[in-house]
Amino acid sequence: MDDNLLLDAIERYRKDEMNPEEKAFFEELRKSNPQIDQVVAEHSFFLGELEKMSEIKAYKHNLNEVENKLINEGVISQKGLKDKAKIAFLWNRYRRTIAVAASIAGIVSISTALIVSSYSEKKNVEVITPLVNNKLNQFESKLNQIETKLNVTSAVVGSSEKPKFKAVLSATGFLVDVRGYIITNAHVVKNARNLVIENEKGEQFYAAAIYVNKSTDLAILKITDTAFRKVQALPYTFSKSSTELGEHIFTLGYPREEVVYGEGYLSAKSGYFGDTTAYQISISANPGNSGGPVINKNGEIIGIISSKETNADGVVFAIKSKNIYDALAEVEDKDSIKLPVLNTLKGLDRVQQIKKLGEFVYIVKVN
Amino acid sequence: MNIYEQEKQLLEALVSNDRIAIEKIYRENFPTIQAFILKNNGYADDAKDIFQEAMIVLFQKAKLDSFVLTCQVKTFLYSVSRRLWLKKLQRENKYNDVTDNLKETVSVDDEIEAHEKQNAEMHLMEKALSKIGEPCKGILEAFYIEKKTMPEIAEAFDYTNADNAKTQKYKCLNRLKKIFFSQYKNGG
Repeated sequence: MDDNLLLDAIERYRKDEMNPEEKAFFEELRKSNPQIDQVVAEHSFFLGELEKMSEIKAYKHNLNEVENKLINEGVISQKGLKDKAKIAFLWNRYRRTIAVAASIAGIVSISTALIVSSYSEKKNVEVITPLVNNKLNQFESKLNQIETKLNVTSAVVGSSEKPKFKAVLSATGFLVDVRGYIITNAHVVKNARNLVIENEKGEQFYAAAIYVNKSTDLAILKITDTAFRKVQALPYTFSKSSTELGEHIFTLGYPREEVVYGEGYLSAKSGYFGDTTAYQISISANPGNSGGPVINKNGEIIGIISSKETNADGVVFAIKSKNIYDALAEVEDKDSIKLPVLNTLKGLDRVQQIKKLGEFVYIVKVN
Repeated sequence: MNIYEQEKQLLEALVSNDRIAIEKIYRENFPTIQAFILKNNGYADDAKDIFQEAMIVLFQKAKLDSFVLTCQVKTFLYSVSRRLWLKKLQRENKYNDVTDNLKETVSVDDEIEAHEKQNAEMHLMEKALSKIGEPCKGILEAFYIEKKTMPEIAEAFDYTNADNAKTQKYKCLNRLKKIFFSQYKNGG
């Protein structure tokens, strides 16, 4: 414990946080006690090394951000490339065309439509239908709205109990702020009458959409339920810079009532039809994965799953996380939303990462 | 203000890790250095890497208390990039005649040597950090690199209070120190 006190003193001395008396005492101690002086010298050197490393890391981070910015602006151009680089450049240039040529039928949103076919005493029996397109989805949603209305009326007559929430569509969402702000896709909440989110323990909370942007396909929900308690700090951060091709990524989502893990890699830096606000990723995603986080090995969120190509396996599109920052800037009570700044997933093995993530990824249920 | 004073100001901003200063230097110098590397057997990606390294050499030099500006930033960056690139070509046995696109260069051997030494030390620290395991690595990085406060760290790592987190931090720090110095004394 005394050792820690000394280390603490050294750190405060280096940061110049001591008051004059304390400082004088500390300097006197060093002079009179060579052993302590030795510890101070050694520890100072060590801290110096750590500080240098931290400075260089922060500086490198800025270098990368500036480099990315200038690449996007075209200041750092690709012209004058030689052989190997040229091939990569041509591939990049035509890949978009190739990808478009390869797709014939377009894309579908990945949300699950749940048709409630019968209602037994305790459980909803759900039949999952593969989604063909959004129109069917909307149709079902409207049909179910009518059905729910009828049910609510009969429930009021029949019993005093709260009617059980019957979802017509379910997808995934995850927290951006510990106080109950959740991000998901705009197409999930479109036509929504009621929104309920459910955590891994099966607890359900009512939520409301406070931001919906159809063009970026992002929506932000706020948990309005008074039963919801602030969760502990989010373990992940949101990446602002772009991700490299081939980088390994993974996702958690709710294609079923139980959370499902999937992993893959980043296959293109643009989405469907050259959409630069999205990535193409290779991952197995099913209806219900919509709105799920796409996370890199360091535990940074790099995107949000939004859609997949109908006739190609594993071709999934994810909205780049940069768009989340833009979305948050447009939210009305933006000052109340704070993105997490501390990443505690970095360096953990995958199993640990998933364990930590689980409680922050929710099912979004809509009727 | 003359060029000398302007550059001095620019470097002061650079030392404080100022994005605007970094961007200004990038815009003014990257094209020349990219052209040099492309002309001398390199690819676009090499140019990015070499330029970043030269920027780090500049940062480390400008940080020194003894730092005085003896030539223009442009000349310095070009000289460092040139030296770094030729060294790399030599290592890969691809050394040819050099085609220069900036006439004036200065000797930067000392700076590059100092940079390589710092790189080696940083590598030792990173290696030591990778050996201490979690949650130690995360806690130390949060405190010393990401500059988080102890209460923030306590919350993120599930400690009941900042004092407990602090005790843990010192345990971790001592472990890191032990590993670092054992490597340091064995020369890595």
